[in-house]
Amino acid sequence: MAKVTIDGKSIEVPDGTTILNAARLIGGEIVPPAMCYYTSLKTSGGYCRTCIVKVTKGSEKDPRPMPKPVASCRTTVMDGMEVQNITSPDLMEARAGVVEFLLINHPLDCPICDQAGECHLQDLAYEHGLAKTRYEFSRRTFEKIDIGSKIKLHMTRCILCYRCVKVADQITDKRVHGVMNRGDVSEISTYIQNVVDNDFSGNMIDVCPVGALTDRTFRFKSRVWFANPVDAHRDCPKCAGKVTLWLKGEEVYRVTGRKDKYGEVKDWICNDCRFEKKATSDWKIDGPANLDRHSVISQNHYTLEEPAHKPLLNDVNVVQNLVGGKEMYNS
Amino acid sequence: MQSLTNRSKQVVKQELTFAEKIYLPAILNGMKITLRHFFKKKATISYPEVKRDFAPVYRGQHVLKRDENGAERCTACGLCALSCPAEAITMVAAERNKGEEKLYREEKYASTYEINMLRCIFCGLCEEACPKEAIFLTDRIVATSLNRSEMIYGKDKLVEGVNERIDISDRQTSEVIEFKRIRIFSITNCNCWN
Repeated sequence: MAKVTIDGKSIEVPDGTTILNAARLIGGEIVPPAMCYYTSLKTSGGYCRTCIVKVTKGSEKDPRPMPKPVASCRTTVMDGMEVQNITSPDLMEARAGVVEFLLINHPLDCPICDQAGECHLQDLAYEHGLAKTRYEFSRRTFEKIDIGSKIKLHMTRCILCYRCVKVADQITDKRVHGVMNRGDVSEISTYIQNVVDNDFSGNMIDVCPVGALTDRTFRFKSRVWFANPVDAHRDCPKCAGKVTLWLKGEEVYRVTGRKDKYGEVKDWICNDCRFEKKATSDWKIDGPANLDRHSVISQNHYTLEEPAHKPLLNDVNVVQNLVGGKEMYNS
Repeated sequence: MQSLTNRSKQVVKQELTFAEKIYLPAILNGMKITLRHFFKKKATISYPEVKRDFAPVYRGQHVLKRDENGAERCTACGLCALSCPAEAITMVAAERNKGEEKLYREEKYASTYEINMLRCIFCGLCEEACPKEAIFLTDRIVATSLNRSEMIYGKDKLVEGVNERIDISDRQTSEVIEFKRIRIFSITNCNCWN
């Protein structure tokens, strides 16, 4: 076990845990954002650098700070390690720089993009980004490619997180796409317009943190925040069959895997569930999907949840402020 | 009982005097007031022959703008419908086909765009939310109707004609554009990750 302190909050975690996962165990706003790390994909992480943190004390035995910010998804904790994330202004500036780099070639087409509203890059840019770009050269552009009949690839939007490559490597039995070329010209491609038609290839859409890989059956059908997400399941011979249905009335607009609060899918779903079962009668609905209340998708969706704060009139302080004095409250 | 205001009066029932009984002074007094109003300036105007001046940013009937080449600016991003407090706006998006580049500016466009004018409260939030400078409120008054379905304005009534452009330069000054650009990034602690 190792004791690690992140932004002043301590936790004991097993040896070999990464700083990112330790932060997620603590939870709250100290969790570094991650664009390429994906818990259920092995060897993911280390590409995007958005999860960088500052290690101010290496360990109990060697208390020297680490010389540069480190990628928290790839750095394992040491006993007595002290980490700064949001408490370090230097680090926030460094992360803003990383976001600026991610946005260099990213087009500003959120009004068109199907991912808008559930896009991690959108959130990240909103939190750290500048309103202006300092990049003076033309952004690289690509033609849109249909990889298979169900998935559309917008290479222009890609941030090269490699998640979809890991999905194809680890979830499907044969990978037919990958990252071609190197450096500035690297791109996701199927090389010679190969068709991605594996049974689990649709999971590439779920893992994509931006709108580079989108569902062609959902293309431009609705903005995500107008659809009503509900958790549903069915007995699927191929997969766990646990999904989120995006409904509008009785109509199923699209089917995705169930994402946790870090946007990660634990149970991969097959393409049958994702693309073919588009009727509510195919599914048993479990209840409304558990989304962040502050997400734009939760707009106008009302569900009963445990009140985080005590009801107003039971709160002693509030009542005291209202009536103006402890005496009145006590009498 | 104590009265809530100091304006209440106790009712007094008493015999009318002779002058009050013949009613004539009261009638003449009333006629005098009526006659005086004949020579006063009228408070009303005979709309639609005469029209009052509108404020330059009057919030009347919406317009969906076209760009300088005549292509529709709206890309059906749904932010107007999201911001609409009355939920008056609905739209269906469609993908632009090859050859339609002169009709629609972006690769996605609104194939139907409807504003329910009975629901609309003319608050102008759609105009404020629009990232494409596509929807604006104008100084035109929404005509009434005896039919509910006629009050749902589709693209036929909302999109400006290619040759009959509607001038919105009064409401889209450089200050407004600057305000819209900066306001987007004014909220810093959005805490989107948790």
